[in-house]
Amino acid sequence: MQADRLLVWVLRGGATLTALVMLLILVFLLFESWPALTGLSLIRFVTDAAWHPLEGAYHLMPMLLATLLASSGALMLAVPLGLASAVFIVFFASPRLAAVYKRLIELLAGIPSVVFGFWGLTTLAPLINEWHPPGASLLAAVLVLTLMVLPMITLTAYTAFVAVPDALLRNAAALGLSRWGMIVGVALPAARNGIIAGIILAAARALGETMAVLMVAGNVVQYPESIFDPVRTLAANIALEMAYAMDDHRAVLFVSGLLLMALVMVLSVLAGLFERHRHA
Amino acid sequence: MRMSLHISADGHLRFYRTFICVIIAGLLVFSVTTAHAAAQRLTLTGSSTVAPLVNEIARRFEAQFPGVRIDVQTGGSSRGINDVRKGVADIGMVSRALKPGEEDLHAHTIALDGIGLIVHARNPVVSLSRRQIVDIFTGRITRWSAVGGDDARITVVNKAEGRSTLELFLEYFQLRNSVIRPHVIIGDNAQGIKTVTGNRNAIGYVSIGAAEYESRRGVPLRLLALGGVAASVDNVRNGNFPLSRPLNLITAGVPQGLARRFITFAQSAQVHDLIEAQYFVPPDAG
Repeated sequence: MQADRLLVWVLRGGATLTALVMLLILVFLLFESWPALTGLSLIRFVTDAAWHPLEGAYHLMPMLLATLLASSGALMLAVPLGLASAVFIVFFASPRLAAVYKRLIELLAGIPSVVFGFWGLTTLAPLINEWHPPGASLLAAVLVLTLMVLPMITLTAYTAFVAVPDALLRNAAALGLSRWGMIVGVALPAARNGIIAGIILAAARALGETMAVLMVAGNVVQYPESIFDPVRTLAANIALEMAYAMDDHRAVLFVSGLLLMALVMVLSVLAGLFERHRHA
Repeated sequence: MRMSLHISADGHLRFYRTFICVIIAGLLVFSVTTAHAAAQRLTLTGSSTVAPLVNEIARRFEAQFPGVRIDVQTGGSSRGINDVRKGVADIGMVSRALKPGEEDLHAHTIALDGIGLIVHARNPVVSLSRRQIVDIFTGRITRWSAVGGDDARITVVNKAEGRSTLELFLEYFQLRNSVIRPHVIIGDNAQGIKTVTGNRNAIGYVSIGAAEYESRRGVPLRLLALGGVAASVDNVRNGNFPLSRPLNLITAGVPQGLARRFITFAQSAQVHDLIEAQYFVPPDAG
């Protein structure tokens, strides 16, 4: 009994601590961006001519758009590829091949982002440059992000497929459904919630990814006219300028941090809605 | 069962008592050492260009003189000047020569920093005039053929705002950052060098020390001459290269005591390897 009570308190403590860390980060971000939020009128983040913090111009929208474009572009490529890989592992590959393939995907998930960034900077960007200069571009960012979120989507989809009850699949087989019909008609709907949760997680990762994007995206603050134009994401903006920023400039960088956090929060609310949908 | 519980509770108590004693003893030792260190403390604030170098120098200084504690904080050259004037810092770090109106301060140069324009080694252009550089960076010249190179689009590589390299570049060419039309914006020197070596048609600018080091290692890049002066560490050292600046430690008066010992140390040959490791140039001994 006593041990139980102790355990409950330890768990409560741990849970509170985790929640507190999250709250503290939010408070810290608000505190640091306060001078910008109160000193500059908020409309300037939308109406200023450009992002030139040293000249007092704080236009954040091109970076917000670039962040969304890079992430959604990566998801558009990674979701079909990831789903296909997961279907392959669970339904098509021989057990031996499936094991090797899954291990490979796990390895891909373990590669540090800075390695992807380095590869993008020295190999991918020059390749794109041959095709359409300058190489460092929205396209390069999308491709690098795709590689980074692909294993996440594959592995979560794999787990969701594996969790589909065997009875459902056997029934489908007994009804004479083709393998393809069984996957599309039974397995996919049954695994839907797990797959969507994985995609949302991957989206959060793509939104916040910093180093790899910083190295390949070109970092010019502008609305891209094509996928070959360089762009700067919010996270890259913070990493590029924080070490050297002072006063208002610094505070505005924290505002871009807040914006990023708001984006991730929207995603997590979305994830919560799906969760509720499942239980309803 | 009941018995064993009691024993373990007792054991816990004893454990806690020892634990508290250890903490108190630790706190005592800690307070004594900090009190001792407080007497030998030096605070430096200022330029983020100079700070990494000073950090290295400070670590070596602390190793040689145990009991000295050196605190290095960044915040820009202007913070260095303000803090020294207000007496908040003992020494300020400033990545430029002192301006008129700052004659009340004493500057001690510890290193020189030169900025060179770099292109890919396979780019046939070897030299650009001041006018051409301005036109390239502001987007009035967009093809290499206009300055005697291949018929290819120029990729302009600029630095992120707040970097001192950018500041010096803009000041030298009398530009504002908002008129520059970059295709790639980079953070540090290494990223700039990787970008230019990965793109035959790129032009950028980095610390000369870093570029010379990389090109000696066989990395395909070339430093462009500026105003007829070759961009080399030697020309930065002897003051011939125009796009360069001193990295200074500044003090409010003639430095005394620990501050003086530190500045002398930072100007001595003992730290030349640290200066070169940061791609800066040690000033002439004379």
